[in-house]
Amino acid sequence: MESHDVASYQDLPDDLFTRAEFREELVEDTGFSNYSYWQSTIRTFFKSTVVKVTVALVLVLVTFTFAFPYISNADPYKVSLSSKEWNLPPSREHPFGTDGVGRDIWARVWYGTRTSFLLALVVAVLEVGIGVIVGAVWGYYRKLDTLMFGIYNTITNIPSTIYLVIIAYIMKPSIVTIIIALVSSGWISEARWFRNKILALREADYNVASTCLKTPVNRIVSRNIVPHIMSLIIMDAALTIPSSIGSEVFLSFIGLGIPAEMVTLGNLVNQGRSAFLVYPFQMIFPTAILCVITVSFYIIGNKFADASDPRNHV
Amino acid sequence: MRRYYLSKLCQALVTISLVVLVVFALLRFMPTTGYFSKEEYREMDEVARNAYLRSLGVLDPTLVQLKNFLAKLFRGDLGRSMTLYPKSRIQDILRDKIKYSVMFNAFSWVVSAVIGMPLGIAMAKNKGGFVDSAGTAYVVAVRSIPSIIIHFFVQVYLSKWLGLPMLFKMNQPASWILPTISLSLGSIAGYAIWLRRYIVDEENKDYIKFARVKGFSQNYIMVRHVFRNAIVPIAINFPSDLLMLISGSLVIEGLYSIPGMGGILIKSIQAMDNNLVQILVLLFSTLSVFGVFLGDIFVSFVDPRIKLQDKED
Repeated sequence: MESHDVASYQDLPDDLFTRAEFREELVEDTGFSNYSYWQSTIRTFFKSTVVKVTVALVLVLVTFTFAFPYISNADPYKVSLSSKEWNLPPSREHPFGTDGVGRDIWARVWYGTRTSFLLALVVAVLEVGIGVIVGAVWGYYRKLDTLMFGIYNTITNIPSTIYLVIIAYIMKPSIVTIIIALVSSGWISEARWFRNKILALREADYNVASTCLKTPVNRIVSRNIVPHIMSLIIMDAALTIPSSIGSEVFLSFIGLGIPAEMVTLGNLVNQGRSAFLVYPFQMIFPTAILCVITVSFYIIGNKFADASDPRNHV
Repeated sequence: MRRYYLSKLCQALVTISLVVLVVFALLRFMPTTGYFSKEEYREMDEVARNAYLRSLGVLDPTLVQLKNFLAKLFRGDLGRSMTLYPKSRIQDILRDKIKYSVMFNAFSWVVSAVIGMPLGIAMAKNKGGFVDSAGTAYVVAVRSIPSIIIHFFVQVYLSKWLGLPMLFKMNQPASWILPTISLSLGSIAGYAIWLRRYIVDEENKDYIKFARVKGFSQNYIMVRHVFRNAIVPIAINFPSDLLMLISGSLVIEGLYSIPGMGGILIKSIQAMDNNLVQILVLLFSTLSVFGVFLGDIFVSFVDPRIKLQDKED
């Protein structure tokens, strides 16, 4: 096989080849790849049209939600005493109509979105943050395995709804309760997931070499490991947002959510639900905004997971 | 093999005892009003209330209460409901409820397996095509939109379009259709996306290529190699699915007013019926732990790798 190849190469006529010009600046080039993980991830991520649209949509929504209290003076809590103001259909003055006591649904939707966003954001930061820290420690000290797997089995063997329900039942209904309920049931799965990743990274040759050179553990964790799991952190945070918002809606459905006086998307959807058959718009608008948010974050999270996988980088 | 079963059994027992301990301790923080029916609370004064609570044993130290609770449990006495069904025995209440939840979950289980698995296979075969995109859109919608919203719209619009009743009635089988559809939506998505991803990943594995080189037909490879491996995680969940038939769905039973086990948990929470909540939460948790245990046992028959691994040890 090999001798045949060599023979055929020598048979080729010389005029097929031209001598390349010698260029000084290209001498070092062969040994250097300009592959950058983050650039490739972001390029792959934004290649798809769906991603461009959803990211734009989320940016617009978030900006508008947080700017709303400054650009409009509509009051989401203002109750009207005259029945003429109750259950109004959408109009110029009330773009989403008014509810059963004359409160402006347009304002309520944006205030509610803000509360729900903040809730989801806090949950995402805490859950993923605790997950990363615990996962890092767990991945590093194998002695913790028995204890941590015990906790993992206890928490994950119980359906998360039951868990949410019992915590929300025991504590007073408030935003803090929901945050505690969600974070305390979610952190362990995150920790396990990061533990597996970190364990794999720890066994990587360059980290074994670092350990042999007596690099302190905290330095290996912060320099060699955490940067590698950054993309996983972003993806997980994006995916917890729809589930947190969903859990809030669920809890307010079974009557253990945030008190009804506060505007959140969950409360709005459930208040609208009771009036749906007569005034469908009272539920449709909050629901539409809520679905746009959850679907967008779900898509962004999943697409980012694909994009952050180096095997998908071209 | 015996070591595998033993370790799984220990794990399950430890988990169950931990759960019982934690739930029991947490529920001691609940306000004691949950031990009175409304009339009783109004009629009694502070002294009488305290005496009553003491007679129930609620004011004892937590560990003593736990001992009494467990002793009663082993005698088959689940205690009595306090506010929701004043003074009736919990086992009698649950006996009525279980059949509804079992019935609906069994229906939906069949429906989701029958629809979900073929959908997943079709999506994998049609990768990038219309079936695949439509299926993916369905999965994304079901997974990201809060389930209550989906169930609510299914109830309102499907009942209008198909002319089906909106609320459940036992003697009217047409009213069983919508709850079954609602219950199946999530697990159809689960089966479909799992099978699709698995088949697509597995297509490029060496052993599949080798089987193809050997000249086996696509169907043979699918059934004997890919599907057999893909079914393992589904098999793990099989027993817990069966046991969880009892627990019912909190949301769907609420929406369709099905008098099942999920609905009663919500109602007992709203009525702050401590005893009932405690029993239900413990029951659901124990069932799911036990289900996971049975799944581990069951999968050892389906997945030959576990046997091999155990021999190596």
